[in-house]
Amino acid sequence: MAAPEPEAPTTARSRAKDHSPWNWLLFLPIVVPLIPVFFNGDAPRIFGFPRYYWLQLAWILLGVSTTTLVYQMTKKRGEH
Amino acid sequence: MWRDHLTEIIVFSLLFLLVSAMGFVAARWRRPTDMAHLDEWGLGGRSFGGWITWFLVGGDLYTAYTFVAVPALMFGAGAAGFFAVPYTIVVYPLVFLVLIRLWSVSHRHGFVTPADFVRTRFDSPVLALLIAITGIVATMPYIALQLVGIEAVLKTMGVTGDSALARHLPIIIAFAILAAYTYQSGLRAPALIAFVKDSLIYIVILVAVIYLPYKLGGWGDIFDAADAKFQASPNPNDGILLNGNNQLQYVTLAFGSALALFLYPHSITGVLASRNRDVIKRNMSALPAYSLLLGLIALLGYMAIAAGVKPLPGASAGSVDNNTIVPLLFDQQFPDWFAGVAYAAIGIGALVPAAIMSIAAANLFTRNIYKEYLKRDATAAQEANVSKITSLVVKVGAVACIVFLDPQFSIDLQLIGGVIILQTLPAVALGLYTRWFHRTALIVGWVAGMGLGMWMLYQVASPTRKHFGGSAFPLEKFGFDTPKTIYVGIVAVLVNLAVAALLTLILRAVKAPEGVDGTTPDDYFADEGDPRITPGVDRDADPAREPVA
Repeated sequence: MAAPEPEAPTTARSRAKDHSPWNWLLFLPIVVPLIPVFFNGDAPRIFGFPRYYWLQLAWILLGVSTTTLVYQMTKKRGEH
Repeated sequence: MWRDHLTEIIVFSLLFLLVSAMGFVAARWRRPTDMAHLDEWGLGGRSFGGWITWFLVGGDLYTAYTFVAVPALMFGAGAAGFFAVPYTIVVYPLVFLVLIRLWSVSHRHGFVTPADFVRTRFDSPVLALLIAITGIVATMPYIALQLVGIEAVLKTMGVTGDSALARHLPIIIAFAILAAYTYQSGLRAPALIAFVKDSLIYIVILVAVIYLPYKLGGWGDIFDAADAKFQASPNPNDGILLNGNNQLQYVTLAFGSALALFLYPHSITGVLASRNRDVIKRNMSALPAYSLLLGLIALLGYMAIAAGVKPLPGASAGSVDNNTIVPLLFDQQFPDWFAGVAYAAIGIGALVPAAIMSIAAANLFTRNIYKEYLKRDATAAQEANVSKITSLVVKVGAVACIVFLDPQFSIDLQLIGGVIILQTLPAVALGLYTRWFHRTALIVGWVAGMGLGMWMLYQVASPTRKHFGGSAFPLEKFGFDTPKTIYVGIVAVLVNLAVAALLTLILRAVKAPEGVDGTTPDDYFADEGDPRITPGVDRDADPAREPVA
């Protein structure tokens, strides 16, 4: 299936939208929550939660902020 | 004994009837021009925006069974049960870029299932058939497990009977209603019901995690009570922290489950139903709200320990059913009407994923078995019809699994499901990035991963059973001198990849025919309003685009 000529500019732009150095940041919330030495302990407790529990729940914030940041930084490069 | 729970039963039934009515009304919601098309019935018109997708995918991934089983695991084993939290954190950044590629290529080619994509990408009906069967087999027990969630609630309300039929009658009725409105409304039904389900769950859990610690003496006391229970138990692998031997299992299980989650057909159905790439990206940031909820729900298991909950007896004599601890906790600690709301949240929580899973399984059958092998010239209307009927069959099968077989069988199958769905990773997920793998090599890799995975699961013993006792494989069985365990799925998929890679090199060397890639590089970046989409029926029946191998 040969791509029709007029499509070419759109294609180049959308590809640029997908490939961004910001995407590398996504590795952070993939790797960090999977390292037990960070969270596998009792002290310090926060509101009675051992570190094991509050820190793993806190990684949710890490995940949300990273994906939000990557989304915001990569969407501006497009045509929208 | 059910008379003691009358208020709970009334509240439960009322909410259940409300969502059933919504399920039927859903057919008119965002009314399609033509419901007799798989895009409409099976994917809600591919038109869902950010909010609907958030509720739909959230209601789809975080199932009633999860809400019952995760606290049960925490109750029984402690810290190891918390793997659900890192698992559902890691998954979103992991699939952030992958899913939008899948959405784009499916949008442009009109793919409804992951097997549709594999069929076109690798030009191999056999590989597509394997992917489809893997998806169906992995999904079926998952649907059956949703019934286990409802059953835990019914058991606690005293709705049981002596004969097998009396005990299961409420579930049969519930599933008959579910089947009827799914048949009529398709994916729109769970999408609409998900609003109610998730709102109920959020309210119930927020109230529980504020009120219960206050009543039970604070979070510190709750964790101390759990610690005391695990200190006293003879099992060396429980406790409120991980020990040296189960850390590898914890991490590999979280990572492997994250890899598997979006390979499940029902997750992909939810993703493909969204309107554009932006909706998916925004949802990858917003869905972790459910992970926070899940983390808090997991801790209900410790609250049950602190509150001294004793689980109800299980199916066989002498065993206990830990799945009943959350319903029992609510029954003990809250007024009846609120416990009723909590039960309804779990019950309705089972309906949403069950509906989506049955739709996903039905789509796989229709697109990759019926259309590929039974009736190649099926029209769009015939496809939609076959899918609707298959969704009924799938639900009857799920009910039969629970009524006629030991529920433990479904739990075992679901455990296996995670391992087998992972074996589609090279073709589906890596296939979105590269066509380097040879189609035959992918098939052989699948066979190798599947075989090894089954063998390893068979070897895992638990205190109560000799085989299929869990997914934590002791490394000593590979000849390593260590008490450490590892998640079966990870090992199986690594072997799958290694075999596929090696064989690709060989097949390439002997110049085995590779087929034609039906996709182009820029298919993977197409977005809403793409000018190259072939609209309507044509895109499904374009013989030129999909060469028959």
